[in-house]
Amino acid sequence: MRYIPNSPEERAEMLAAIGLGSAEELFDSIPETLRLRGLLNTPAALSEIELLSRFEEMAARNAGARRTTFLGAGAYSHYIPTIVDHVISRSEFFTAYTPYQPEISQGTLQTIFEFQTLVCQLTGMEVANASMYDGSTGLAEAVLMSERVTRRSKIVASTSVHPEYLEVVKTYVQHAGIDLELIEFDNETGQAGATLAAAIDDETAAVVVQSPNFFGCVEDLTTLADAAHARGALLVVAITEAISLGLLKPPGACGADIVVAEGQSFGVPLSFGGPYVGLFATREKYARQIPGRLVGEAYDKQGRRGFVLTLATREQHIRREKATSNICTNEGLIALAATVYLETMGRRGIQEVAQQCLQKTAYASQRIAQLPGFSLPFSGPRFNEFVVRGPIAASDLLSRLAGEKEIEGGIALSRFFPDLKSDFLVCVTETNTRAQIDALIEALTSLFANKTARTQP
Amino acid sequence: MTSEITKVTTHLSPNEQLIFERSQKGRIGYRLPPLDVEELPLDKLIPRNFQRDDDLESMPEVSEVDVIRHFVRMSTWNYSIDLGMYPLGSCTMKYNSRLNERVARIPGFANLHPLTDERDSQGALQVIYELQQHLIEITGLPEISLQPAAGAHGEMTGIMIIRAFLDARDGEGASKRRTMLIPDSAHGTNPASAHLSGFSVKTIKSTSEGLTDLDHLRELCAHGDVAGLMLTNPNTLGLFERNIQEICQIVHAAGGLVYMDGANMNALVGVARPGDMGVDVIHLNLHKTFSTPHGGGGPGSGPCCCTKALAPFLPVPRIVKSGESYRLDYDQPQSIGRVKAFFGNYGMMLRALSYILTHGNDGLREATEAAVLNSRYIAEGLTGTYEKPFSSPPMHEVVFTDKLQARKGVHTLDIAKRLIDYGFHPMTIYFPLIVQGAMLIEPTESVGRQELDQFIAAMKMIAGEALENPELVLTAPHTTRIGRLDEAAAARKPVLRWKPKAKADAA
Repeated sequence: MRYIPNSPEERAEMLAAIGLGSAEELFDSIPETLRLRGLLNTPAALSEIELLSRFEEMAARNAGARRTTFLGAGAYSHYIPTIVDHVISRSEFFTAYTPYQPEISQGTLQTIFEFQTLVCQLTGMEVANASMYDGSTGLAEAVLMSERVTRRSKIVASTSVHPEYLEVVKTYVQHAGIDLELIEFDNETGQAGATLAAAIDDETAAVVVQSPNFFGCVEDLTTLADAAHARGALLVVAITEAISLGLLKPPGACGADIVVAEGQSFGVPLSFGGPYVGLFATREKYARQIPGRLVGEAYDKQGRRGFVLTLATREQHIRREKATSNICTNEGLIALAATVYLETMGRRGIQEVAQQCLQKTAYASQRIAQLPGFSLPFSGPRFNEFVVRGPIAASDLLSRLAGEKEIEGGIALSRFFPDLKSDFLVCVTETNTRAQIDALIEALTSLFANKTARTQP
Repeated sequence: MTSEITKVTTHLSPNEQLIFERSQKGRIGYRLPPLDVEELPLDKLIPRNFQRDDDLESMPEVSEVDVIRHFVRMSTWNYSIDLGMYPLGSCTMKYNSRLNERVARIPGFANLHPLTDERDSQGALQVIYELQQHLIEITGLPEISLQPAAGAHGEMTGIMIIRAFLDARDGEGASKRRTMLIPDSAHGTNPASAHLSGFSVKTIKSTSEGLTDLDHLRELCAHGDVAGLMLTNPNTLGLFERNIQEICQIVHAAGGLVYMDGANMNALVGVARPGDMGVDVIHLNLHKTFSTPHGGGGPGSGPCCCTKALAPFLPVPRIVKSGESYRLDYDQPQSIGRVKAFFGNYGMMLRALSYILTHGNDGLREATEAAVLNSRYIAEGLTGTYEKPFSSPPMHEVVFTDKLQARKGVHTLDIAKRLIDYGFHPMTIYFPLIVQGAMLIEPTESVGRQELDQFIAAMKMIAGEALENPELVLTAPHTTRIGRLDEAAAARKPVLRWKPKAKADAA
């Protein structure tokens, strides 16, 4: 095996040096009845050439990866500067462990400190952690944290939050004595319903919304924050499309108490859903209730600045069952990718990407709205995603777009909302050219618009 | 202080500032194609009061060259597996192959959206399914979910599955069964994960041999409130729990289930299987045993494997094969639910499958043998120089203590820091908690004999220094860019982010 430095001869010598006659004797402490007789029933070894061609064959069966795409809903196609992958491919970053020994981990530690700062700047919050697994688990941790902070046990959440995020929250709170109340979104605006604020009472730990929400609509966070604070509850804001922070008022400036975001848009490939990176930020006064790792500034005896993991008394390796979370390994390398992305794009680039997303989305949505048989059911302001109501079942429509026109046109909402059969969610980013958008319009027209005119005179 | 220049020592560029301190107004590191649609007034699209009004002030403005130099310089301050032996116990810092990295970047996987129709993502689902089948074979447990994103996440999933199983089996009666037994040598994540599932924790003692105390286990199981046991095997002392079958029988007889923390599977792959030992549910760490990179603290991946009886409770969706195609199965009414959006850390699954196929079944066994042999070689080499608290031969990792050196005032932390001066990353220190001054050493199979000999020699020299010149060890490391940092001061008045000068002064 080429990854094992010692040759069989060297290993035999080492066995002899420690007084053993065979490799089998290394396992004498395992009862003989438990030891495998032969080899595992897994495949025989492949060479590099064979292995690559096997994976290439499987990759070729993913037609979706080759098409023009308008898919979003929590995972987005954005431009990734070439240097991002170069930096995260450096041995010193990707083959290092969690920075437990600060003297030889300053590269990782300073990067995380920069990451925490960038997350604070973008969200308008005061402190941020070193990362969560992703946006969905970050939201679940935010809900658990709001219970710790307020010592209240009711959570009210809008159904305009990503359905998979809500499912994860449900899983996390099921044994925490937390009562999760879901409030229907407003089917005119596509925003959280007016009933959301009305559901907040003196037992409420937090109100949970997403903005831009699952349907792409921007929520009125300031009003919700005021409503939450009036009853002593926290406002928890989730963001799946973090690029929106380049243009939308940051949740911190709207009064949010905890902000969680999926950081995939910041230089992370789609990779069929992971690994991504969760951003987690809050107010300074709650710093000791944050889940996960935190990096802080520290000095050595000679007064030189460095960085260390800090406030560890919150964490599982010290507090055990009383820890703020069970999280240990988080998403270090992906947080690095996000940091490289944000620093490369910089102050101006993040704004320009957000602007392009917004403008191209406006172009696409307005053109689709003009097609016979098509409409935009929600009136709320949108960033780079919007719901389209089509003339036929959305799943059929999308599968014809893919099969006949090689376009991934969107996500059928029936996957999450069985009643919304003709609705689908379209996402447009800076990577979609005008020509691609025009091709989508043309495809929708040729495949569906004319037919609708016939069937619905 | 950043304007002072430090002379070159072991690091070429010790002066790299924070990116915010490097930032200069007007610098640009990107270029996008020009906007190719008519630009509409912003206020027409987004109400003014929803717009950002701070112009992202104080975010970095740097050129691409600035960014590259910034990160390359900082990278030189890190130790890494590719530099040398990284013997962190229970972390399994083995070689992260470049081939696996290449596989994960194949565009057909890297550019695939997770909500792509099943029909158009068959290859991606096939990867998940095949990895599932191999991990089932490796653990001897027939059912699996790859959704958990890390070891602790897999633990939480496994314990929630136990909870759901008991609730379904015992109905109302399950409310009496809320105690999770955890050995005193366990990882901190174990009790934290048990707590998340609504269990209270009782600690089982270890024997003087370093194994689970069976009498104490029987005593704790006699109260009728035991939901289960969380056991690491080999345990965190590097010792195989040779009574594992009896342990499982005791817990099962008391109506509980056995969860195994698979952090130490690198000692067992191809040699013995948890499923054959009586374990009900286990998590694996793809970022340990199956070599996916640690990345300075993640991403991980923590698959959860279990018995047939527990299968209905696994997270949804399950990835199943019907006929020749692969599909997502959401129809699992008893499932604990989703633990993560989409399907888990897919990129890690690609790498782990690549690892398994590159090794082949004989290579998997060979790696386990080599890992245990390396650990035994160190155990032999350091016995006598450092106190070895348990006499039985270790598996893939071995624990020593600072007892002999402490007489001169030199402790585990000092030995670890001095090891840095010899060019090694330190071992895991002060863990497990039950061993005073613990040094837990796991070399993995990725270290050759010369380097093992060098490590042993370095440890012996440090032991000598501790006797003859303790001050040298107490003030180590001497060769790094910075010395020991004042962590207590950092925690007292935490500075967790950079702030612009004026604001920082005002605060």
